[in-house]
Amino acid sequence: MAYGEKVMDHYENPRNVGVLDKDAKNVGTGMVGAPACGDVMRLQIQVNDDGIIEEAKFKTYGCGSAIASSSLLTEWVKGKTLDEAAEIKNTDLAEELALPPVKVHCSVLAEDAIKAAINDIKSKA
Amino acid sequence: MTTPIYMDYSATTPVDTRVAKKMMQYLTMDGDFGNPASNSHYYGWQADEAVKKARQQVADLIGADSKEIVWTSGATESNNLAIKGIAHFYHKKGKHIITLKTEHKAVLDTCRQLEREGYEVDYLDPMPNGLLDINVLKAAMREDTILVSIMHVNNEIGVIQDIETIGNLCRENKIFFHVDAAQSAGKVAIDLSVLPVDLMSFSAHKIYGPKGMGALYVQRKPRIRLEAQMHGGGHERGMRSGTLATHQIVGMGEAFAIANAEMLEENTKIRTLRDRLLAGFDGMEEVVINGDMESRIPGNLNISFNYVEGESLMMAISDIAVSSGSACTSASLEPSYVLRALGLSDELAHSSIRFTIGRYTTEQDVDKAIDLVRDKVQKLRDLSPLWDMFKEGIDISKVEWSAH
Repeated sequence: MAYGEKVMDHYENPRNVGVLDKDAKNVGTGMVGAPACGDVMRLQIQVNDDGIIEEAKFKTYGCGSAIASSSLLTEWVKGKTLDEAAEIKNTDLAEELALPPVKVHCSVLAEDAIKAAINDIKSKA
Repeated sequence: MTTPIYMDYSATTPVDTRVAKKMMQYLTMDGDFGNPASNSHYYGWQADEAVKKARQQVADLIGADSKEIVWTSGATESNNLAIKGIAHFYHKKGKHIITLKTEHKAVLDTCRQLEREGYEVDYLDPMPNGLLDINVLKAAMREDTILVSIMHVNNEIGVIQDIETIGNLCRENKIFFHVDAAQSAGKVAIDLSVLPVDLMSFSAHKIYGPKGMGALYVQRKPRIRLEAQMHGGGHERGMRSGTLATHQIVGMGEAFAIANAEMLEENTKIRTLRDRLLAGFDGMEEVVINGDMESRIPGNLNISFNYVEGESLMMAISDIAVSSGSACTSASLEPSYVLRALGLSDELAHSSIRFTIGRYTTEQDVDKAIDLVRDKVQKLRDLSPLWDMFKEGIDISKVEWSAH
């Protein structure tokens, strides 16, 4: 399957790969997907005192589109409030990366990941 | 642009240049373009001679009589013709068929079709090494079993089934035995003059011949009857009508003749390369070889790099052309049914890569593949949350995942 340029760029140079301290009060972790399905995403966000996402990290097990979706997502959420980040739609990610229909589920997973991370951070408050 | 190194010989092979040269002599006005069925003039006779020779070449590689070869469009058609042909012709003897879960789709889906027509099919589980346990087969045989269809060599994991033992069991129980040999001809010695096999399917493009060409061996003594799938001019003793594609047939014949002459030497060379590839992965953590390593063709290495998803690994190593059992490479989004049938977890199946080595693979190719794979597996593991969990000692099979 041939990939678009943007997927290849994120896949070859993934942004914000890494781990944040999941026990920190200002860090939210979203782990979604399942190994059996072929993709697992772990997205972490760190919020500053003003409620702005100042740091985002991810690790993803999955195909190139899954990696690219999570990489792009970490770029997008930085500088946003939690409410703004919750507004990000999978369709926006899919469109930006020009994902083919069979890969749209990768962007859905990314949307699930940010929602889960936001819920996690809210549950700590 | 430099083209990727080809390591997907089980998907298809390039046509050997010696084969292509021969084929070109049967297409144009200055060649032997005639219809082999035109028995009243020179052009037909020339083409018929070429077909006869090719029939002998194919028969020679597999220890058959040339009269036992039926030309088809490929192994898919051969499998359809054998299985449906037997089922339809002998339906009064019984309507039960036995096959294996790891068969090619051309066998499995043909059996599914027969189920829709009222036949009963048992799809047996292989052992975890991919081989069929003869006792499992014995237990599945019934009074009304008419056909057993078991592949010789599996396309994904390369394991070789013991068709002699299976065939003998079928003979004892008076059950027809069909073997899909698309992946074995030219790689494993086949002698049908002694093997207890009634029908065997072959493909040309898996052994350096052209695509769109195959054959079905149909035993003559005792005579096996088939209901034809394709009706028309009564070619191939009525079993498969349609004008013979002389150039394709010549190509298949030449490819089989080359295999006959060079198989032993080639196997040794390919095995050395495959073992070099495998040794190149020594010391890597969490690497699993899929399928038995002893009873296996020399050119196949199917290997799972745990915690790395297969398709992303294929992308990362796009300088070599390989296959993966990952769901992402299939339209169905299901991981390889062959690996699942061996009892592999979904994630190991998703993480598999199939390297298949062949006639034109070099030591340099193998070394490049080793370096690339080692480097990219590490890179992707650094990116994998599952790898982190593994390193933290978490058993990921015990984690409750939110399936989606």
